[in-house]
Amino acid sequence: MPGKSLVSIDQCSREDILRILKNAARFEANPNRTLLNGKVAATLFFEPSTRTRLSFETAVNRLGGRVVGFQDASTTSSSKGETLKDTILMVSNYADLIIMRHHLEGAARYASEVTGIPVINAGDGANQHPSQTLLDLYSIQKTQGKLTDLSITIVGDLKYGRTVHSLIVGMSYFNPTFHFVAPEELRMPEEQKNICDKLNIPYTEHTDFTEDIINQSDILYMTRVQRERFTDMEEYERVKNICILKNEMLKNSKENLRILHPLPRVNEIAYDVDDNPKAYFIQQARNGLFTRQAIICEALGINHLI
Amino acid sequence: MSAKKKKELQVAALENGTAIDHIPPSQLFKVAHLLELDKMNNTITIGNNFYSKKMGRKGMIKIADKFFEEDEINRIALIAPNVILNVIRDYEVIKKYPVTLPGKLTGIVKCNNPKCITNNEPMLTRFDVIDKEKGAIKCRYCERKINKEDIIIK
Repeated sequence: MPGKSLVSIDQCSREDILRILKNAARFEANPNRTLLNGKVAATLFFEPSTRTRLSFETAVNRLGGRVVGFQDASTTSSSKGETLKDTILMVSNYADLIIMRHHLEGAARYASEVTGIPVINAGDGANQHPSQTLLDLYSIQKTQGKLTDLSITIVGDLKYGRTVHSLIVGMSYFNPTFHFVAPEELRMPEEQKNICDKLNIPYTEHTDFTEDIINQSDILYMTRVQRERFTDMEEYERVKNICILKNEMLKNSKENLRILHPLPRVNEIAYDVDDNPKAYFIQQARNGLFTRQAIICEALGINHLI
Repeated sequence: MSAKKKKELQVAALENGTAIDHIPPSQLFKVAHLLELDKMNNTITIGNNFYSKKMGRKGMIKIADKFFEEDEINRIALIAPNVILNVIRDYEVIKKYPVTLPGKLTGIVKCNNPKCITNNEPMLTRFDVIDKEKGAIKCRYCERKINKEDIIIK
């Protein structure tokens, strides 16, 4: 099976998603394998992201592969003015796979066009971060025993949150019902609502984060309101505390409810929630390891060996 | 002199080539630029502010011995959507059709997202036309949607 790049969640069909999640479950059962023996993966982090890099590098290591790369572009030739194309072509001489993060949007797509080796997008600016979406889907499936017919409430910055937009695309195959909870200034953009409308996915929008909404939900997907998105700090101060989850709000929630968050969190999940068995955001990050193992095998075209 | 005669005198007839008609006067020179007429050696007639029953005033470009590929000519639909093309052979209009946006635009439009890779790397831009009617396009790289009124031609 030929390898292929993973640049955007939009390129994944329903079958692709289900296959990757199935393989992720196999890696969870048995994470230490030798499938990447003799292979070299390059982790090119033009923009630092410790969490994502460690997760990918651990995935390669647990598969028996080796890692080369950098974690900060200031130590590379791109700081001397080298083009992305030249850096990618150079690395392609050495490695079997590129895992890259870049602050510019579309960088991973371009890299995948200039090189013959597969590229995994580990985040390109505010655009895409497909391994995050797949680990979110894996976490949903694992905690609910299924992906279909779930009621999913997404809370926080729905305007700028790329994980939220990608989650809608990823879930769109599985007949979800969405609740979007956000302050007026951070409402879900028309583009995402149009996607739901086109696919007949029911959704409701709320500006108040109430227990009533929580009690209907199977998944509560919390996100951070990002300070850097605001030009008006007064506005930030006003909206940042609207969508905070406190433990007492969960008292009448469904038994199967789980709370997800792409992390890092600031104050949107109160610390008293951490001890609630419905809090799942730390395990969610752990699932990223298995999902990324599955994605790496997919990209290298060796998923039939898992 | 009859009206018909007057009209004929406005622009010389083409023996072979392409006449681009019904160009909004404000877009005429942009159309000329987009078609890279400045790089052509063909005989070219450019006229503007002709009387038009349909649009009041109009611009027109006639290029002798030039027949465009569809993708080459259709790019002008970006700035002048109702332009009519006349393909002329031996003084006869053998084909007459309005331009329509092609499905893809390569190297013509600038992405208006400053954080897009295309604005930071020596490379061609690529856009998919997602709504031909409304003229909405989407950057293939940063995936940003651009509405017609916000499109910037390179």
